[in-house]
Amino acid sequence: MGLRRELRYAGRNMPEPAATPVIEFRDVSFRVGQTQVLSSFSLQVFKGETLVLLGRSGSGKTTTLKLINRLVSPTTGEIYVNGRPNTEVNVTRLRRGIGYVIQDAGLFPHFTVERNIGLVPSIEGWPKERIHPRTQELMQLFGLSPEIATRYPHQLSGGQRQRVGVARALAADPEILVMDEPFAALDPLTRDDLQREFLLLQQRLHKTVVFVTHDLREALRLASRIALMEAGKLVTVLTPQEFVKSSDPWVAAYVRAFGDGLESAANRGAS
Amino acid sequence: MNVLRFMLHNRGQVLELTLEHLWLVGVSTVFAMLIGIPLGILIAHRQRLNKPVLAAANIIQTIPSLALFGFLLPVPWLGDRSERLAILALTLYALLPIIRNTYTGIAGVDSAVLEAGRGMGLTESQLLFQVELPLAVSVILSGVRIAIVVAVGLATIAAAIGAGGLGEFIFRGLAMVDNRVILAGAIPAAILALVADVGVGWLERRLRAG
Repeated sequence: MGLRRELRYAGRNMPEPAATPVIEFRDVSFRVGQTQVLSSFSLQVFKGETLVLLGRSGSGKTTTLKLINRLVSPTTGEIYVNGRPNTEVNVTRLRRGIGYVIQDAGLFPHFTVERNIGLVPSIEGWPKERIHPRTQELMQLFGLSPEIATRYPHQLSGGQRQRVGVARALAADPEILVMDEPFAALDPLTRDDLQREFLLLQQRLHKTVVFVTHDLREALRLASRIALMEAGKLVTVLTPQEFVKSSDPWVAAYVRAFGDGLESAANRGAS
Repeated sequence: MNVLRFMLHNRGQVLELTLEHLWLVGVSTVFAMLIGIPLGILIAHRQRLNKPVLAAANIIQTIPSLALFGFLLPVPWLGDRSERLAILALTLYALLPIIRNTYTGIAGVDSAVLEAGRGMGLTESQLLFQVELPLAVSVILSGVRIAIVVAVGLATIAAAIGAGGLGEFIFRGLAMVDNRVILAGAIPAAILALVADVGVGWLERRLRAG
């Protein structure tokens, strides 16, 4: 609650012009059997920005995301994380430094909310007296009342589950957050709440976020920059304001499919 | 009532044979769990092995028990003591339900949950011990429960090769054409099976709730 008052408006975190990228794809291709899932994909993600990967189902967004934390390994090319090829870092270390949020949260059904949130700190060997306040802090930050700490995921609403999922990803305070359609399964009102909370939170935490969605409205609202993908290729990378005005045929087609009122959506976050 | 009187009169022997019976079932179930659970985990992770392993366990199950005891009799070390032989045979029979349920339980864990765990940086062994096994434990235990109940019944046949257990009463009663003696073996065996069934079932439910 205090968070909202503290933040009068939600601005956007634009990349520093000369900054070195936190995540960089260098000519990455990924093939499964005969299917080319991703071809010569290059992209830079800068510190503190929210880069949204937008595209239809099967365009390669999720694969791109999983390449970052090595849930998927590229056929050719390299992915740099914090200036080093991510294959040079121990895979467990790499993943614990990258918060991971998926659709339906992927919470452990046999763990309470508190244990779910505290999982990464606990496997990282944090002492109990440090984990408990951390989970309390995160629950408060996400507007989760303390009494649900002892509940199991199936006893929560969809919105609560997703909040726990984001809290869990942030528990060990990673610099990078990768989110795979985190709000797609929620009803429109809950989704709206979570998007708003995400903007407020990002305003305060300045994580480097890669966010996958097929929803253009969500992309316009949350993104610093939008990377549009189509059939395993990167079409273009644009800011939300540029995106709605672009004459690129793929971009225009996407904008057309979502219809009117997008300009205001694009400007909502920046106003 | 005749039966009860007979059992009461021979209570020392009833108790001794019941304990022998429990020993045969207990040891073979422990062996079967030690082999079957890791094997079930293995085939859940290496899908290529799943068909051959389950097929082998299935084939063992189709061998008539009396024939299996007979086949094993001439094997050198085993044949020396019929008890060893009985335990081996019972272990082999207990494998199928345990392997199959372990496989089903582990393979049934939601892949999204596993991927979330992997993406958060859990190692494969952390995933196994903190996620897969806890989520599969009630299914695995229901396999153990089936194995125990089947073993209690099968162990009665072990008496045919002189391995002891409650089957002694049953075979003796058959030879004597005396129902009392048959029942003196069959009733405790049935009670054992029921107690094991209820007991493990209770454990299974408790672990599921937690």
